[in-house]
Amino acid sequence: MSLHAILVPKWGLAMEEGTIAKWQVEQGAEIKSGMEIVDIETSKIANVLEATVSGTLRALTADEGEVKRVGNLIAVVSDADEDDAAIEAFIAEYKEREALEAANIVAAPEPETIEAGGKRVRFMKVASAAEDAETPLIMLHGFGGDHANWMFNQADLAQVRDTYAVDLLGHGGSSKDVGDGTLDTLADTILAWADAVGLDTFHIAGHSMGSAVAQVVALKAPDKVKSLALLCPPAFGEALNHEYIEGFVSAQRRKAIQPFVEMLFADSALVTREMLDDLIAAKRVDGANDALQKIADNALSDAALADLRSKASGVTAPALAVFGEKDQIVTGRNIGGFGGKVETLPNSGHMPHLESAAAVNALVADFLAG
Amino acid sequence: MQLSREDMLRAYRLMRTIREFEERVFVEFENGNVPGFVHLCYGQEATAVATGMNLTDRDKLSITHRGHGHSIAKGCDINSMMQELYGKSTGLCGGKGGSMHIADLSRGMLGANGIVGGTAPLAVGAALTIKTRGEDGVSVCSMGDGASNQGLVFEALNMAVVLQLPVIFLYENNGWGEGTSHDYAVGSKDIAGRAGAFGLPHVKVDGTDFFAVHEAMREAVERGRSGGGPSVVESVNRRFGGHFVGDPMLYRTPDEREHTREFMDPVKIFRKKVLESNLLEEAQLDEIDKEAVKTIEDAADSAAAAAFPDPKELETDVYVSYY
Amino acid sequence: MPTKSYREAINEAIDHEMARDENVIVIGEDVSGGAGCEGPDAEDAYGGVLGVTKGLVGKYGRRRVIDTPITESAIMGTAAGAALTGLRPVAEMMFVDFLGVCFDMIYNQAAKFRYMFGGTARTPLVVRAMIGGGFRAAAQHSQTLHPMFTMVPGLKVVMPSNPYDAKGLMIQAIRDDDPVIFLEHKAMYDMTGEVPDEPYIIPFGEAAVTRDGDDVTIVAFSMMAKRAAKAADVLAKEGISVEVIDPRTTSPLDVDTILESVEKTGRLVVVDESPPRCSMAADIAALVAEHAFHDLKGPIATVTAPHTPVPFSPSLEDIYMPSVDKIITAVKKVMK
Repeated sequence: MSLHAILVPKWGLAMEEGTIAKWQVEQGAEIKSGMEIVDIETSKIANVLEATVSGTLRALTADEGEVKRVGNLIAVVSDADEDDAAIEAFIAEYKEREALEAANIVAAPEPETIEAGGKRVRFMKVASAAEDAETPLIMLHGFGGDHANWMFNQADLAQVRDTYAVDLLGHGGSSKDVGDGTLDTLADTILAWADAVGLDTFHIAGHSMGSAVAQVVALKAPDKVKSLALLCPPAFGEALNHEYIEGFVSAQRRKAIQPFVEMLFADSALVTREMLDDLIAAKRVDGANDALQKIADNALSDAALADLRSKASGVTAPALAVFGEKDQIVTGRNIGGFGGKVETLPNSGHMPHLESAAAVNALVADFLAG
Repeated sequence: MQLSREDMLRAYRLMRTIREFEERVFVEFENGNVPGFVHLCYGQEATAVATGMNLTDRDKLSITHRGHGHSIAKGCDINSMMQELYGKSTGLCGGKGGSMHIADLSRGMLGANGIVGGTAPLAVGAALTIKTRGEDGVSVCSMGDGASNQGLVFEALNMAVVLQLPVIFLYENNGWGEGTSHDYAVGSKDIAGRAGAFGLPHVKVDGTDFFAVHEAMREAVERGRSGGGPSVVESVNRRFGGHFVGDPMLYRTPDEREHTREFMDPVKIFRKKVLESNLLEEAQLDEIDKEAVKTIEDAADSAAAAAFPDPKELETDVYVSYY
Repeated sequence: MPTKSYREAINEAIDHEMARDENVIVIGEDVSGGAGCEGPDAEDAYGGVLGVTKGLVGKYGRRRVIDTPITESAIMGTAAGAALTGLRPVAEMMFVDFLGVCFDMIYNQAAKFRYMFGGTARTPLVVRAMIGGGFRAAAQHSQTLHPMFTMVPGLKVVMPSNPYDAKGLMIQAIRDDDPVIFLEHKAMYDMTGEVPDEPYIIPFGEAAVTRDGDDVTIVAFSMMAKRAAKAADVLAKEGISVEVIDPRTTSPLDVDTILESVEKTGRLVVVDESPPRCSMAADIAALVAEHAFHDLKGPIATVTAPHTPVPFSPSLEDIYMPSVDKIITAVKKVMK
């Protein structure tokens, strides 16, 4: 088995940190999914954390009495015979990321909602603690996602600039009225929203369909968009997996959507029951699935993407394209006419910002730093 | 109110058709073509027809297990009715309901019901739909003297008064609840008066006289349509037959049965009245008699020729959708 | 996400649907309360006997929030007749125990219209009723009668175990074209949880797997799903990994999820608050024995109320109810 991180969970909206009260297991123990492993106390609640994987508890990285932030590493689970060096490298990577986050997070943010262009738009702002913050970054998720898709990236990228992860029209907490459901309409709403929150110039990081929206925004408002970081951009793939889109839209039950969600990741074991439950729950909000269908038909059709490809060379802002080597959704490369930098992450599928978060964060930060 | 010639011809045609239908069902039951058990309404045709003629498709009607007459008078297709009684797939309910549950919702006929008194609160509910939507229809609940004693009918009367709904409780007092006399079973002896005590206008009429029932129903329907709330009509008539086809009727004397056929036949009484008053001509009525025979002959032929339901129909129509 | 109580979640669901569809009405004893009364706050004096329909009469008026006499047959029959003719009534029957008064309207009438009338009828009716013991309410106000409704073809039976499910299942119930018995556990009205403000549905016949585990499958309904989760917490400390399944609806029943879980764990405990005979516990045990016999590593255990009426005295009622301890004991028994 691969290495699995056990992190401080987020119990309830207000939880930011927890105290490791008591370990119920020792290093080296064999644990099973569902087994209680550690008592954690917060200002609001005390609770027991259960394992979500089975295996050998190779490392405990938090002592009893220690206060840890939500998302911090507290233990590593793997096989009994996994190489010690690999465990140590795994822990080191987490420690580095945690140090960065600790230096930059001011307070646990909550998403906000604003009216823009007659539509309700929800977004998550993570403000930079830097004194002279640089041009802000707007983060646009992919089809069927929401701002939380950037949970591993937003705080990291907020070190030197404010970041805004926005729910696209028809997604998350934004209006389910998607108009004609075209990339144009999605982009217009982003521009209206940027006006509403007072952003004159900005960078955009977009994932998949969000990258396509970013490109349209850049074509519509070249003076506002300073750069584009495009993750798995369908405009520069050879093909978009319509089987995935159709499957995702038509699935009404957890079991039905599972095979399609698994297509998103290089390692399908990353797909948890809770992830599937959350996705299905989002689709069951009134109007949500109709909105997805309309967007699929009008923003992600072959014709819509061909149209975008034909115009993409008109984008003047500097651009970065990041692909996942094992992407099953945006497949092949069609990067003729793309003048920007191209990177490919070997261990990622279609969700590099979740699967290889540290690498994506580094690539985007370097790119934005110029 | 004076009825037109056309209305009277229609009334006679409907009563004759019902009579032929019931006589034929009796025969076909004995022949083994009509499964289960059936309850015939011959002798009670005037009440069914006088009711149906006061209603349109926007009005609702809930009826009893003795409901063939009301179904025909409300406009149900006679061939489809007979096919249903035969248990055929082309019947009004696809062969799943039979005589006791015959229904045609498209005509506002909300179904025959095998539970005595069961329709009363349902009819109140249909009236609630009418009132909530601000429509001008009425909901009629036809019941027997047996149902008049049921507790849930009392509840329904009270609910109709409390909510002031356009519902008409029509009691057909046909003499017996199964094999027990209404004189024995109705403690107060007075169905209309007892029902009216819940606080609604009530009238008792001669159920063998089409014109009397028609007038009583016209008034009650008018009251319901104009926002005047619920009404009670008790129509006193007498069934010719037993509770069900095959009932040996040990509780009735041969003399009483003969007397009923002779002097309480609403079709005969209607015919006599319209001829003596020169309202209609005998030749017209004779022609209708022949047509009624032909109509029912065709219905029985269609039912005999129709197919039984496919086995796969066993498990359909339980839910609009289950999973 | 906003936090709401089970009571608020159900109220919000009905509110959404009344706003969305003019045909939705609420009918029953004291759904508003105060009809014909002169008290200063007569209107909405109750808002349902436990306050679930509070505030609706103010928004939708007495035309659509209809107080009735205490006559269950007439309430149920009126609701069924209204449903048959195009309204979407939500009938409040208070305690599920009272459905005995009007059972004919449910199982002979509403449940059968569609079949008897050859598929021509639709009966979009929701029957709300409270279930469950623990309130010292004795034998006629404490029962958990879902098996009686589950066995009637034509009915759907829903038993939400938390606020999120309660809202989504109620919206589905109101939009559903078939008659739905919606059973609310009276001990859960003040339980809170995250509930979105927007309308959403949870389809019937989809179990929630509320906890993943490897050693034992517990199937538990309504409040018993909560007790099963607590038992699983305790058992996890002892190294027993429990999967908890809350079917959410008993008709339709998500048999596949139960069978798949038993296929994985090989052991089954069914927990239900109703008495044992002809119950969901018996039903699910039979389904698993019939369809997953070769996956079982040992006998199935059930934890139910005894074959008695619900007692009044606290000392008796406490031992009547399936408890966390009894569930733990049953799990340990099947682990042997």
